[in-house]
Amino acid sequence: MRLRLAWLYPRHMNTYGDRGNIIVLRERCAARGIELAVEELGPGDRLDPARYDLYFLGGAQDREQRLVAGDLAAQKGPALRQAVEEGAVVLAVCGGYQLLGRFYRSAEGEELPGLGLFDAWTVHPGPGARRFIGNVAVSWEGGTLVGFENHGGRTYLGPGARPLGRVLAGYGNNGQDGGEGALYRNAFGTYLHGPLLPKNPHLADRLIALALARRYGEASLSPLDDALAWAAHRRALRLARRRPILRRWAYALGGALTWPGNR
Amino acid sequence: MAVDAAVLAAKGASFLLRRLGLGGGTALPGLLALRLDPALLPRLAAGLGQGALLVTGTNGKTTTARLLAGMARAAGLRPVANAAGSNLVRGIAAALSQAAGPDGRLGEGARSLGLFEVDEATLPEAARLLSPRAVVLLNLFRDQLDRYGEVDYVASLWRGAVATLPPAAVLVLNADDPTLASLAQEARGPVLLYGLAPGPHCLPAPEHAADARWCPSCAGELAYQAVHYAHLGLWRCPECGLCRPAPHLEGSLDGDRLLLRLPDGAQRSLPLPLEGTYAAYDALAAVAAALALGLPWSAIEEGVAGFGGAFGRQERLTVRGRQVQVVLAKNPAGLNQVLRTLCQRPGPLRLALFLNDGLADGRDVSWIWDVDFELLSGRVAWAVASGSRAEDLALRLHYARLGAEVTLERRPVAALRLALGRTPPGERLYVLPTYTALLQVREVLARWAGRPRFWEEAAP
Repeated sequence: MRLRLAWLYPRHMNTYGDRGNIIVLRERCAARGIELAVEELGPGDRLDPARYDLYFLGGAQDREQRLVAGDLAAQKGPALRQAVEEGAVVLAVCGGYQLLGRFYRSAEGEELPGLGLFDAWTVHPGPGARRFIGNVAVSWEGGTLVGFENHGGRTYLGPGARPLGRVLAGYGNNGQDGGEGALYRNAFGTYLHGPLLPKNPHLADRLIALALARRYGEASLSPLDDALAWAAHRRALRLARRRPILRRWAYALGGALTWPGNR
Repeated sequence: MAVDAAVLAAKGASFLLRRLGLGGGTALPGLLALRLDPALLPRLAAGLGQGALLVTGTNGKTTTARLLAGMARAAGLRPVANAAGSNLVRGIAAALSQAAGPDGRLGEGARSLGLFEVDEATLPEAARLLSPRAVVLLNLFRDQLDRYGEVDYVASLWRGAVATLPPAAVLVLNADDPTLASLAQEARGPVLLYGLAPGPHCLPAPEHAADARWCPSCAGELAYQAVHYAHLGLWRCPECGLCRPAPHLEGSLDGDRLLLRLPDGAQRSLPLPLEGTYAAYDALAAVAAALALGLPWSAIEEGVAGFGGAFGRQERLTVRGRQVQVVLAKNPAGLNQVLRTLCQRPGPLRLALFLNDGLADGRDVSWIWDVDFELLSGRVAWAVASGSRAEDLALRLHYARLGAEVTLERRPVAALRLALGRTPPGERLYVLPTYTALLQVREVLARWAGRPRFWEEAAP
């Protein structure tokens, strides 16, 4: 069996470890005898909605996000929207997630149009605003998702979108309403950046299963030995849930004693 | 004799911390002194008869500053340096207080030269307080993004700092890094560019972790004729024609020697003090800085020859008959360079890797997925993954398909014991820690190197 993944704007949108998600999807497919062909699409490249089973968009700095926003709206947007309506699987992380909302208003107040796939919008409160940075844990379908978030923008969902999960520890979409990410059909948007899938093998397999079901009408994935992945998941979960007050003390102490570079 | 209360307090705190075994006293005393006298830095720096030089960049600060200190010493100067890598304003304050007498005066002030490595985000503040005579910018890679936010943010800080330097200050820039080369336009004073010539060590394209992919002028995608590592190389913008400027000081790699063409056209060569392209850049930057300071060639040569290495930077120790080499690696560009250098060694590698998520390491360990661990495939005998995020590291190595056993042991001391026990006598073990892990493992290894029986008794 064979699946095709379109990695959108990999040179513009790869701030921190986004490649981990691709590696994990490819390896987990390979372990089941499925070949995952990864094709990289940059600005100007045509997107054929019938060709791909999965789409991935990573995180980006504001500058790169601006560079791709125009191409997404004018070029690939309609095709990607059609693909999603036909059940294609999308994973959009951080900056990629923001771009799939209706708009992104940058720290300087500049408004970037988004694809509007998610009924969501993102506002950066300004250059002085605190970034949401830290370990994050989210409840998802009776289990948990763990990761790291680092975003200045606050994302708000309209009635047409629902959050991917509820924040257990961390900030999530906007640090207020407890929602994290967005889900529309088989499109997943999230702020859990970088290596989201390595430590969340159940989400990785869900994406693969959805893509298989759409392409081949069946989706039974043989279980893999994920002891290491779950060990990393549990560790991240514990770190995310560590009491903030303790963490502050540890920061202060660690900063003063062990790290001359702390500021 | 007038007594300088702030300096005295720093000295006292430093003495106490060291006596109590609470570290080297390289930051807290400076913090205390600055609390007592916020104007401490400009006041003490005014006593530096030879002025001050600042070194910053993502990788290579400590090694470059160390090399430069040796050169300055050979030239008869007295370097005042934050050699322990304490590179915020407080670390510089601690170093200056330590060098000053109780009256706040620097002995041999006329020969004193400040050589300070500065944290990337601290450059503007340090430049403002110290009015440096020269500033050296090494490179800019993704590192600790949870702290700095974005790479672009650091670049904008540097741009601001460069524009406000004293007009006489020499700006020493790495021409091979597009972001840095473009800062030459912002400079008000003289600029000294350095760069490497292409050679057999070059890569065909920027590495995955490359950050400066876009033209600093028109935002077009840069093309490379040759890549030394990450995004350092012979870059050119196909859209606007902007390209890597011809460097005043050009180096080329010739085995373990660095061949140099000096700004006056003279040809020289130096032995490379450490292995790897990244270390060659440090040597090149140190030479450029020395030239900017007007040091004679004989001092440059002597400084390189006498280089004793820096803490944890390819540092070699013998621990009970095993050769242990400790190589700090804290971001994708740096670790990729370390891995490429290790792959040059004959025979299968024995590795102990340590991944911490302390503040100084970056709380976010996502960066390990930008590292090309796949380079090690088939080259590793075994690996031990340790540190506060050992599970993340082991998982990354698992997906890299090394073809070798990876053992997970989160506790650093136990991991060292395990790795040493598995290394046959006379053979080499490579220890690759992140920043805070370096502080942990280096101390333990040094102790064991001095007390040879300690670990062997406990080894499996």
